[in-house]
Amino acid sequence: MRVGILYSRIRKDEKLLLNELRERGHEVEKIDVRKERFGLESTTAAVDDLDIVVDRCLSTSRSLYATRFLDSYGVPVVNAPETGDVCADKAKNSLALAEADIPTPATEVAFTTDAALEAIESFGYPCVLKPVTGSWGRLMAKIDSRNAAEAILEHKETLGHYEHKVFYVQEFVDKPGRDVRVLAVDGEPIAAMTRSSDHWLTNAAKGGETESFDLDERATELVEKASDAVGGGMLGVDLMEVGVGADADAAEGAADDYTVHEVNHTVEFKALDAATDVDVPARVVDWLEAKAAALADGGDENETEEANA
Amino acid sequence: MPVRGRVSATMTSDTDTLTAEDPITGEEIEIPADVEVGEIIDSPVTGTELEVISLDPVVLEEAPELEEDWGE
Repeated sequence: MRVGILYSRIRKDEKLLLNELRERGHEVEKIDVRKERFGLESTTAAVDDLDIVVDRCLSTSRSLYATRFLDSYGVPVVNAPETGDVCADKAKNSLALAEADIPTPATEVAFTTDAALEAIESFGYPCVLKPVTGSWGRLMAKIDSRNAAEAILEHKETLGHYEHKVFYVQEFVDKPGRDVRVLAVDGEPIAAMTRSSDHWLTNAAKGGETESFDLDERATELVEKASDAVGGGMLGVDLMEVGVGADADAAEGAADDYTVHEVNHTVEFKALDAATDVDVPARVVDWLEAKAAALADGGDENETEEANA
Repeated sequence: MPVRGRVSATMTSDTDTLTAEDPITGEEIEIPADVEVGEIIDSPVTGTELEVISLDPVVLEEAPELEEDWGE
């Protein structure tokens, strides 16, 4: 197949993917979105005759626009722009999860510092304030007191981009020192790991330690539902274990349930590839091959699941 | 404008590496021979992130700074 890779930076994740595609004899067209122009009817990017394009843009804004343009030309692109639109915005992400009856942390959005302070006080302390867009745990605040809340809100109001004036306030989930990252393709888990840290932020990008994790039936069900809720594709679904106290031995697991706090649409997988026995890039390319084959047969995304079966 | 290294890359006797000019210090550095255009490597001299701009010939440039919308 002929595969396009939208990118602006080749990370280890993209390198793994490129190597796997080439080893299987697929033709790869690397598309550096920084060098291309996207018109209403066509683009300077070499997308003609591509069987499928994979969005690996590091920049969310570029990802959202580039996929939208390619989709408008009729170029098959994963993930779909609609999925990116939901996943790139934490408020839309939370709404999609809640609308699908997926357990997700209680969340309120407010547009002024006064209203945000009321939301924070209603949650009580600690609670969490997040930017609606953003990654790698940046600009996340665990708020322990009213004094801290007032200071953070004033800073965000004074210094922030307009998006920082959309105050996304969330309950603090007392997780057992770790969360769970699942890489899934159209709802089917490929690999899962825990990310552990003494810090309240456990992101791998923040230095959280990673370890392979076996999904139980409930977690698997939630991953599938979360994927459906945002439109499917190759996704990073993040869950927290509920009912396991922070002081409990995390290795014992045995969560009563899970809460899904986020679904990521341009998922990094190098940490999963290293932490688990799964050949993650191979599984991703398996999925891309099935997806491209279904498209070539005139199928749609739903038929890809059958091709995977 | 990012700093760009002069074009000066040669294969070393060890075919697993290339030599190229570090755009920050001007020193010759070794980089993996299987680098990709667009790939980010760390300068072995300064630790600065460098982007591979081209392969034939190899040109390195100081990588863009982290931006707010980068990430997953």
